[in-house]
Amino acid sequence: MIAIVNYGVGNLFSLESSFNAIGQNVTVTSLPDDLRAADRIILPGVGAFGDAAEKLFSSGLAEPLIDEAKRGKPILGICLGMQLLFTKSYEFGEFDGLNLIPGEIRPISDVIPGGLKIPQMGWNSLTFTNPSPIYSRTPQGSYVYFVHSYAAFCDDRYITATTDYGAPLTASVQNGNVYGVQYHPEKSGSVGLDILRAFCEVKA
Amino acid sequence: MITKRIIPCLDVRDGRVVKGVNFQDLNDVNSPVELAKYYSDCGADELVFYDITASSDGRKIFTDILRETARNVFIPLTVGGGISSVADFGRVLSCGADKVSVNTGAIRNPGLIPEAAKLYGSQCVVISADVKRVGGEFHVFARGGRDDTGIEAVGWIRRCVDAGAGEVVLNSIDTDGVRGGFDIEMLKAVCAAVNVPVIASGGAGKIADFVRLFREVPGADAGLAASIFHFGEVRIADLKRVLRDENILVRL
Repeated sequence: MIAIVNYGVGNLFSLESSFNAIGQNVTVTSLPDDLRAADRIILPGVGAFGDAAEKLFSSGLAEPLIDEAKRGKPILGICLGMQLLFTKSYEFGEFDGLNLIPGEIRPISDVIPGGLKIPQMGWNSLTFTNPSPIYSRTPQGSYVYFVHSYAAFCDDRYITATTDYGAPLTASVQNGNVYGVQYHPEKSGSVGLDILRAFCEVKA
Repeated sequence: MITKRIIPCLDVRDGRVVKGVNFQDLNDVNSPVELAKYYSDCGADELVFYDITASSDGRKIFTDILRETARNVFIPLTVGGGISSVADFGRVLSCGADKVSVNTGAIRNPGLIPEAAKLYGSQCVVISADVKRVGGEFHVFARGGRDDTGIEAVGWIRRCVDAGAGEVVLNSIDTDGVRGGFDIEMLKAVCAAVNVPVIASGGAGKIADFVRLFREVPGADAGLAASIFHFGEVRIADLKRVLRDENILVRL
């Protein structure tokens, strides 16, 4: 069973549907016991980091999430869910994340040339920088759907793919059993479903 | 680098796609779910569902259809039509919409965009503007292009973006239905005024119109059309191949 963490941020209908479409049972849950019982955990999220982090920490779900990550359970953070895996964010202030991957979240405007639109919204291609099992079914250069104004900045060894938006931006990360994707696999057509499929095949 | 998007728009009334649809390979061409799946398979980058239902019964059918579509189609879905409150945002977002476009609702209630952006994030708030030239000025029209509000359009769109809209659909009433190409002049004016994605709508009649759009208005992020796709006059796969050959970046 795959648990999708429901901590009151964003809508989870499409995400749940995408797992159903690849034949996976999911439970959308706000119960710590469900996270402990799950084989894999998905951490979704949209909106602002500070608000989401506050909800996640006050929900009582952050602690079991960190515990399960440390026990080696495969965890996948999506979009803001990926950003929450990091040490801290500078979105509208300075906020602590789950610190499962060392690094920080900063505005993409820090690195992209002026004149490009913010957020980056639309389909952009993946450049693999380090091997990751979540791309076992995905060719280099595949297109996925992004919507973000902030990105992860971390040591290159954690970055598994970048995307070019005037500058290379972190598209996905991995630290052992902890995975994160900045884009929306549940909105990236068959490429996205293949990435979710591959995550479901990662050995626990 | 980010690609230009091609977006078919489906008008839905009482759970069915209106406007003639001419696809021999589809069993039920008026089924929004079937058509959405078909377009997604053909390479559409995103879909717009426009609810033109008037009755509350129809609204319920529409949300059921939306849910069924989101269960089967995994590309971004924008929903518009009859959005006049944050409750309407909640209603369609919970059924799988990724973005919600407001038009008349934003004109009637200036608080709608900031409230929705605060609650759901700017990324899902789309300002859809029906714009027409009146006496040498661009005016915003309400109620499906029927009423001239007298509001100057470019400034108004910029205010909507400042208030929290994360994307703009610019529908030129002057070129809509004429099939002579997108409204390049109007699009340039709007693209120069905002720094969020702009989707061109109204006037596409052939593949060359999309080439001209992306060549002449580099700030345009997407081209939206309805009948040329529904009638099968322009196939999305063909369109994208031509764009690629013209060195316009698309997802293929």
